[in-house]
Amino acid sequence: MDLTELREVAQAEKERQGSIRVHCCTSTGCRAASSMEVFRNLEAAVEEHQCGDRIEVVSVGCMGFCGQGPLVQVEPGEQLYEEVEPDDAGSIISATVGKGTASTTQLDPHHPFFAYQTRVVRQNSGNIDPESIEEYIAVGGYESLYKALYEMTPEAVVAEISNSGLRGRGGGGYPTGLKWATVAKMPGDQKYVICNGDEGDPGAFMDRSVLESDPHLVLEGMAIAGYAVGANHGYIYVRAEYPLAIKRLQKAIQQAKKYGLMGSQVFDSPFDFRVDIRIGAGAFVCGEETALIQSIEGGRGNPVPRPPYPAEKGLYNSPTLINNVETLANIAHIIREGADWYASIGTEDSKGTKVFALTGNIRNNGLIEVPMGITLRQIVEDMGGGVPDGEVKAVQTGGPSGGCIPKQLLDTPVDYKSLREVGSMMGSGGMVVMDQDTSMVEIAHFYMEFCRGETCGKCVPCRTGTVQLYGLLTKLLKGQATEADLEQMKALSYMVKDTSLCGLGQTAPNPVLSTLRYFPEEYTSLLVKPAYLNGKTAEPKPVSV
Amino acid sequence: MPTAAVTNAEKTPKSAGPKAQKKDKGGDRRLKRIDVTMKRNQYKPDALIEVLHAAQEAFGYLDEAVLLHVARGLKLPLSRVYGVATFYHLFTLKPSGAHNCVVCMGTACYVKGGGKVMEALQAELGIEVGETTPDGQVSLMAARCLGACGIAPAVVYDGEIAGKQQPDQAIAKIKELQG
Repeated sequence: MDLTELREVAQAEKERQGSIRVHCCTSTGCRAASSMEVFRNLEAAVEEHQCGDRIEVVSVGCMGFCGQGPLVQVEPGEQLYEEVEPDDAGSIISATVGKGTASTTQLDPHHPFFAYQTRVVRQNSGNIDPESIEEYIAVGGYESLYKALYEMTPEAVVAEISNSGLRGRGGGGYPTGLKWATVAKMPGDQKYVICNGDEGDPGAFMDRSVLESDPHLVLEGMAIAGYAVGANHGYIYVRAEYPLAIKRLQKAIQQAKKYGLMGSQVFDSPFDFRVDIRIGAGAFVCGEETALIQSIEGGRGNPVPRPPYPAEKGLYNSPTLINNVETLANIAHIIREGADWYASIGTEDSKGTKVFALTGNIRNNGLIEVPMGITLRQIVEDMGGGVPDGEVKAVQTGGPSGGCIPKQLLDTPVDYKSLREVGSMMGSGGMVVMDQDTSMVEIAHFYMEFCRGETCGKCVPCRTGTVQLYGLLTKLLKGQATEADLEQMKALSYMVKDTSLCGLGQTAPNPVLSTLRYFPEEYTSLLVKPAYLNGKTAEPKPVSV
Repeated sequence: MPTAAVTNAEKTPKSAGPKAQKKDKGGDRRLKRIDVTMKRNQYKPDALIEVLHAAQEAFGYLDEAVLLHVARGLKLPLSRVYGVATFYHLFTLKPSGAHNCVVCMGTACYVKGGGKVMEALQAELGIEVGETTPDGQVSLMAARCLGACGIAPAVVYDGEIAGKQQPDQAIAKIKELQG
């Protein structure tokens, strides 16, 4: 395979495609609302109308508006049908061929939910069939890999990524270029690239969506990373809870091998790159990089102290590059369009876009990709349409490691620094909106239950600290806690934060601390009233955090 | 459990290797599936999790005999195999019911009432999370997050995911499964 052949495949695919494409989402979210049946009925309807030469029904990945699925979109045009029932399929095809109207409602493609988005990572999501490599090649896929292999040195690739300003999208926000440069500089013949697809944060599903909707984009990013750092072997670690993503990845790897885009001598160059899938077994801590390495090696997912960092001594003690799915999904676009283009999106210290899973008590549920620097208010109120009945109380970002941002801080711009300043974090991109009926103490209790169950048990502060914090929160919710308990809870939170071994323990108290900071009255109102008050209420003491 | 497993192993006659167990399980084809997975991974110890996945798929759960078979195949101490099998939530050492019901307890589902669905199911079935009804019909489980937050609250019935579940809907579905 060379560039001419790649472009021939692209050309042949473009000629094959029908002039009208009816996209039907078949990702997990829509599947749960019987989108496979919709897909089959659409195909049957095309057959019935005998318009198969013009109209092609395509099974595509996620279009983002998951709360209103199944979604069907007609391309070209602006028809985007929501909540399509299997029985609506016939009328959609009839409407497409100009006979009658569809029996289902349409979404406005100019709604802020779509209009405010800048799609980089999700450019192909919902537009191509994720199970067809030809469709990916037709939209320019694998050209970046060719460009990297034949027009750039590994150093130039690393420099390009550094200049783009891309930072890790898994939560930490470490500069990607710097990470690549460190691994590239390490001596040794054997290096590895790992794609971290262990998306454990409850409320986050962008990695699943990227893997399900555009698996080749991630593979291409991994291959470019392998070339840049000098690794010839990659692993994708995916959660077992994502069976469709695993299936589509397996298929994508096979297809890429067949075309000579993966395996030995990629694009007939001296560069070899093989990718293996490793399936997780349900442990949140495996999202932590050292734990993930232990898990790939077949052991318990116990984190190990850093340094040495994986970049120096990682998988099988070799230098290892670990990047998140979304980070790797940005690579091919940066190589194709250039670092300057990427750096022009976003803010000074947070470049590019970020995919968020907007969920919870909000009108428009789903996945959005927005430029960094957009405010939480724009996301929640304009794009999300606000809370269905009532008003926003807080927005939780960063999952069990993040915090709750109260409504008065909704004008906070979404970037790494600002979110950290308000006591939360970017995290992997879960954004759960809570309304007035949500009790913040219960949310803190919920997350502590999560961390208590997910701690690996290796270091004491995390193992016992989370259990004690959970106990104190339970006591508080039962109305049995005193002021001393509250003080102890605070002290314990800081201890767990400061002394735990890995990210899980270090961030586990964050939901408690952030809710204490912004909603202290919810905690104090649950305290036992001292006996001397004789049932009278006292002024709640301000809680300092 | 590990102690019990080891004592068991000691009690088995020396000749009773994996072969004898195969006989115990009635010339089990399911063990063959584990063997194929081990062979494909060249009996490398780092394939342990893959092999346990295959074993659980074949048997539905991991009992002592299966763990021992895997340990011998990969030349790993049984303690290591047991340690890994108990570390990960997905592996289960107990047989599960004929049907299973997994309620997602992720944040989005929780905020939208996943907890109420769970409470209703617990009351209906008379069991706690992680347990199976005494008649062996239904196992009730909780998931950390299924990544289907757009359709919260989500419940998986026998591998089929269903979205926007209300307590009464979930109970009706369980009754349907019970027949």
